[in-house]
Amino acid sequence: MTKVRLEFRNVAKRFPAQRKSGDIVTAVEHLDFALAEGEVVSIIGPSGCGKSTLLNMGSGLDPASSGEVFVDGEKVVKPNEHVAFMLQKDLLLPWRTIRENVEIGLEIRGVSAREREPISLSLLKRCRLGDFVNHYPHQLSGGMRQRAALARTLAVDPAVLLLDEPFSALDAQTKMVLQQDLGQMLGETGKTALFVTHDLVEAIALSDRVLVMSQRPGRIVKEIVIDIPDRPNPMERRKSPKVGPYVADLMSLLHIDEAVV
Amino acid sequence: MMAGSLALFVVFLAAWEWGPALTGIPPFIIPPASQVWNSFLRMLANDQLMYHTAITAFQVVIGFILGMILGMVVGFILGMSPTAEFILSPYILALQIAPKVAFAPLFVIWFGYTVYPKILVAVLIVFFPVMINVLGAVRAIDPDIVRLAKSFNASRTQVFWKIEFPASLPPFFAGLRIAATLAVIGVVVGEIVGGNTGLGYLLTYGEGSGNTAMVFVTIIMLTIIGILLYGAIVMIENRVLHWLPGRMRPA
Repeated sequence: MTKVRLEFRNVAKRFPAQRKSGDIVTAVEHLDFALAEGEVVSIIGPSGCGKSTLLNMGSGLDPASSGEVFVDGEKVVKPNEHVAFMLQKDLLLPWRTIRENVEIGLEIRGVSAREREPISLSLLKRCRLGDFVNHYPHQLSGGMRQRAALARTLAVDPAVLLLDEPFSALDAQTKMVLQQDLGQMLGETGKTALFVTHDLVEAIALSDRVLVMSQRPGRIVKEIVIDIPDRPNPMERRKSPKVGPYVADLMSLLHIDEAVV
Repeated sequence: MMAGSLALFVVFLAAWEWGPALTGIPPFIIPPASQVWNSFLRMLANDQLMYHTAITAFQVVIGFILGMILGMVVGFILGMSPTAEFILSPYILALQIAPKVAFAPLFVIWFGYTVYPKILVAVLIVFFPVMINVLGAVRAIDPDIVRLAKSFNASRTQVFWKIEFPASLPPFFAGLRIAATLAVIGVVVGEIVGGNTGLGYLLTYGEGSGNTAMVFVTIIMLTIIGILLYGAIVMIENRVLHWLPGRMRPA
């Protein structure tokens, strides 16, 4: 049996609607799912359904109100070294070179400069940034910066990657190239990833499974297994004739066509 | 460009030298450049001009450094603690609005004809632009960057040294540039109000004896102190903030 890397057990997140009124808003509830080793799972849902809340609980930055989150069999109570996240914003520090930015996680964890360097250099090479290691973020394009952010996320060698709409700020073509980079990297390293996105085709092209969430309070209403071969190659997967029916499925589950009327 | 500036300087000197005579302005209103130069040489020889300049420069630098450190520390504390800022903000605002040089007589009453009142005015005047800029910088940090660091298990100290401190440096230096010019004002006012040393003292002495050339020389010396301090700040800033977009030297 393959090892479970990330598991949500009946997780809910509630918070007070406003400071004074005692109302409680439930952001997400009944989250019950698991990611096996090497699996890439996307979460898709309407805006405000709590997708980011879900990732925050997975990273340990935000505690669950009830239920439990496990990473590598360990209960998540605070940020831990098994998980790393990546956001829509690259969050590169402008005063650090690309290499120094990639190394920041290792630096915080006390890894010596001598040990950091080979890790960051080989990752930057694989992210096709080998010629830009000593550049500063503002000298790079948006797509290159997001690739550097991916390298930073992978540098700490996490068991699970949490990706929160990492490509949504990029133009359509750059986005496809980065999806390909991510797909390949995930395939090569065998990393497990939970991927939040708004982009239906992106979810289908990159993942083994897609979880569909409902309106707030967000629950998982449907799991769709993506039966297209060659997951590390999203560029090819996009062209598959099966993509259309999956998109249609997701559209009806999310009630997208009804919103038009 | 450089040549243009230089040419303009020559024109300015010529106008200063011969202009007053041509337009009938008497030398006790605007002494011509040569007279100011002679006065400068005389003050070097007889009035310990360099000693007074050094005293003023010393007070400016000490006041500047103390005000800078204080402004930075308080800026960070208030920036990190919204509660502290909320409680202290009316007092800070009042103190910021109060004209700092008006404190000079008070400090002279407290500390007499020593260097302390002058340094204190400089500290007070330097403190605000530095504090406000550091505070604003800490507040402006993207909380997601701090979350990212925390997701790597960063300690509070690490968040400070790896994120908050470097992020505050550009506004900090902008504050220092403003403060550099203000520090000179603070010290001179202190010296004018009460003192028997420093360029501020020479200013009042020159005024009292109707020696306009002496006042001109003193103003020029004060300006030179200000320029040197400002230049030093810009030099350090260019080294420290070499990563800023637009500062990069082409490789």
